[in-house]
Amino acid sequence: MTQAPERRSGELTAREMLRWTWRQLTSMRTALVLLLLLALGAVPGSIIPQSGVDSLAVSRWKDAHPSLTPVYEKLDLFSVYDSVWFSAIYLLLVLSLVGCIVPRLFVYAKAMRALPPAAPRNLTRLPDSAGYRTDEDADAVLARAREVLAKRYRLRPAAEGDGFVAGERGRLREAGNLLFHLSVLIVLAGFGVGALYGFEGGVVIIQQSKQCPDCGTFSNTLSQYDDFDPGGLFTPDQLNPFSFTVQDFGVDWLKSGDRAGQARGFDAKIAYRQGTDGAEQHYDLKVNHPLSIGDTDVFLIGHGYAPVLTIRDGHGDVAWSGPTAFLPQDQSFLSFGVIKARTAKPGEIGLEGLFYPTFEVIDGNPVTVFPEDLKPALSMLVYTGDLGLDDGSAQSVYVLDKDNATQVMKADGRPFRLDIEPGQTVKLPDGLGSVTFDGVQPWVRVQISQSPGKDVALAGVVLALIGLCGSLFVRPRRVWVRARPVDDEDGVDTGGRTLVEVAVLDRSGNHEVDEVVRDIVEQLQGQGQDSSPEHSQEHA
Amino acid sequence: MSNAAWETLSNQAVGAAGIVYFLALLAHLAEWASLRQPKGTEKRVAVGSAGLAEVAPAPTTRETERAEFLGRLGFLLTVIAAVAHAVSLVGRGMAGDPNRVPWGNMYEFTLTGSCLVTVMYLVLYRRLRLSWMAPLVLGFVLTVLMAARLWLYEPVAPLTEALNSYWLMIHVTAAIIATGAFTLGGIASAVYLVKMRAQSRLPEGAELTGFLARVPTLDGLDRVAYRVHAFAFPVWTFAVLITGPIWAHQAWSRYWNWDPKEVWAFITWVVYAGYLHARATAGWKGRNAALLALLGVATLWWNFIGVNFFAGNNSQHSYADRPPAVVGPYDVRG
Repeated sequence: MTQAPERRSGELTAREMLRWTWRQLTSMRTALVLLLLLALGAVPGSIIPQSGVDSLAVSRWKDAHPSLTPVYEKLDLFSVYDSVWFSAIYLLLVLSLVGCIVPRLFVYAKAMRALPPAAPRNLTRLPDSAGYRTDEDADAVLARAREVLAKRYRLRPAAEGDGFVAGERGRLREAGNLLFHLSVLIVLAGFGVGALYGFEGGVVIIQQSKQCPDCGTFSNTLSQYDDFDPGGLFTPDQLNPFSFTVQDFGVDWLKSGDRAGQARGFDAKIAYRQGTDGAEQHYDLKVNHPLSIGDTDVFLIGHGYAPVLTIRDGHGDVAWSGPTAFLPQDQSFLSFGVIKARTAKPGEIGLEGLFYPTFEVIDGNPVTVFPEDLKPALSMLVYTGDLGLDDGSAQSVYVLDKDNATQVMKADGRPFRLDIEPGQTVKLPDGLGSVTFDGVQPWVRVQISQSPGKDVALAGVVLALIGLCGSLFVRPRRVWVRARPVDDEDGVDTGGRTLVEVAVLDRSGNHEVDEVVRDIVEQLQGQGQDSSPEHSQEHA
Repeated sequence: MSNAAWETLSNQAVGAAGIVYFLALLAHLAEWASLRQPKGTEKRVAVGSAGLAEVAPAPTTRETERAEFLGRLGFLLTVIAAVAHAVSLVGRGMAGDPNRVPWGNMYEFTLTGSCLVTVMYLVLYRRLRLSWMAPLVLGFVLTVLMAARLWLYEPVAPLTEALNSYWLMIHVTAAIIATGAFTLGGIASAVYLVKMRAQSRLPEGAELTGFLARVPTLDGLDRVAYRVHAFAFPVWTFAVLITGPIWAHQAWSRYWNWDPKEVWAFITWVVYAGYLHARATAGWKGRNAALLALLGVATLWWNFIGVNFFAGNNSQHSYADRPPAVVGPYDVRG
């Protein structure tokens, strides 16, 4: 026979331990600490660049802080809001919320069926109460009290010999509170669905033109995107079939004043078709005015210039002709770009350099003085030889692979620079061919995304707000009126034979109810004929 | 009136508002000063106010009357200053071409935000008996107004394209109203903490004197703070978690982007949610809740001013000269 292990004080069995942990987790105090942790945990993400927000800033930061980078990476500080520790905080918070709310739901359901509680024995001990004497009958006072209170309170049904009236109001406060907390779960669900099933992708589209009738088109398939960021459970068949063409793009530049050069009124005129053979529809795509096609939204988020060039090789054959998107470097729209003529003979031709929308030479330096393409010019360096275009590996269209290429030099041995304006044709040295600058086309960057669950999240927040208002502004209150006959003490007339007591309890603890008490007393007395208000007294 | 005239009017109105705020502050300070009594008389006043006033009028009736007059004068001057303040906002809006709401940059946000603090104080003056708050509110608004004029001033300029939406009106109005209310609540909580500390340091039986004696009781301060916060929190929720994401979705294609401004607005929201929780949690009531309210107001103003300066380049909410065109290198497989 084994002896039961002796338990020291404070020792818990596994089950008790579990229950203790659950109690701790679902306590208000823990919820509060978790809330503050959540706030604290969100801070690093606002200081350290986040890869989900700006991956370029992240790589710049990493270059600048080589020693800190591994530490930060280990702590997930470049993607705080997806990190294990941040998720742990909010998951614990959700758990704590559920653990707190579910039992309260049951309590509330029970309370919904319960009657307003009976009057405490001694009403005048409550902090907000009053009493007065009257010559009226106790029953008459109570009958009137029922009438007065029924307007604003739910009353406890009268029972024989009660001697009091009990009322309650504001039970919706707790309902609002519960609704608020449950809505937080709805919001999280909506947010989660968006993160799992949503996607966003971007594409640069050069405006359609006579020179380039094939430009400007996009059809919604994966291969057409420049960059694509799907959620974890995304499947390509979510892409609704549609296509559109950017037919025209215009910018309204401010030409005078302090903000000259600021752009406004971006307007991309697009024609789109739903499905593969839908009717053509037109839309003015603007900032703040996305186009919705099915579940998919199309946004205009950027623009730039695409110089149109024709490159002829040494044999006089056209090796490249068309527009190439250049990337703006800053607000001046000084743009950087690369053009690759793969089929050029005798050697491939690569151009790399800058586009100036409004070119001027100031103090010997080439600059652009205005972001609109008023006087465009290109200034590029030329490379030839093997540009790595044929080895089949992926290559960015914005980077020139110069590893195996040679820079084209002038006769004097200095680098050859191709400075060219629209309409000009410049011959390249060494019989490589010639370059013609045909003109400039605008391009737009379009973001295409699906955010499933956004309506759920929005509905959740709206419900949360409604619940919040309920929990903050509904004033839960209990009120009691008691009337009973009293004898004059020691034969001294104390003003009446019935003692009426009124008490109000504010259950939220945030409001002063002495005025409510006064109001009820006044109503009770105002309608009675022979009450003696001069004997009313208040306990504040 | 030409746009330039409207802009001049706005600038002059800011100056006028500043001067009148200062006069109002002086009036209220004089009110407080006239209530300070030498020790002997103070006792008698205390007796008088305890219920014997009608039996034996306190010898300080004249001083009380003067104090009341100065208080009314201060209130009146504050109203005048608020009107001038509002005129400066109208001027800013009319000076824009086309006319627009006056919150397109930091200077205008600050101007509108501080105006809202005053307006809210005036609206709640009677209801919450805020006369004790006068010098604090005026001091705060005056400081913010001067700081805005000195360091944040910018000439009237057209809105950047992303701001050019009716959501600017809804989202920013709600955010500014909430900011004004949170600030008032923060002032009440700060006074709560100061008074609590002063009371705990008093020797047994002694009573507070001066300013702290005239502010409401700790419970009263706590209640005022709560009621103002309880108003501000849903408004902030509306601004930050409803209209903000809707607009963000339209303008930037993502309804929540973890942009620094969004992160800090969220942090503010969480801290104030914590405040409301704390008031219902044993051990956190009173002092800790008030500390949370101050933390909340700190994150709020940090977001309003700090984030714009320190995270300006990372934030899409940065209202510096930045084109809404978002450009960056993106790889194209080819």
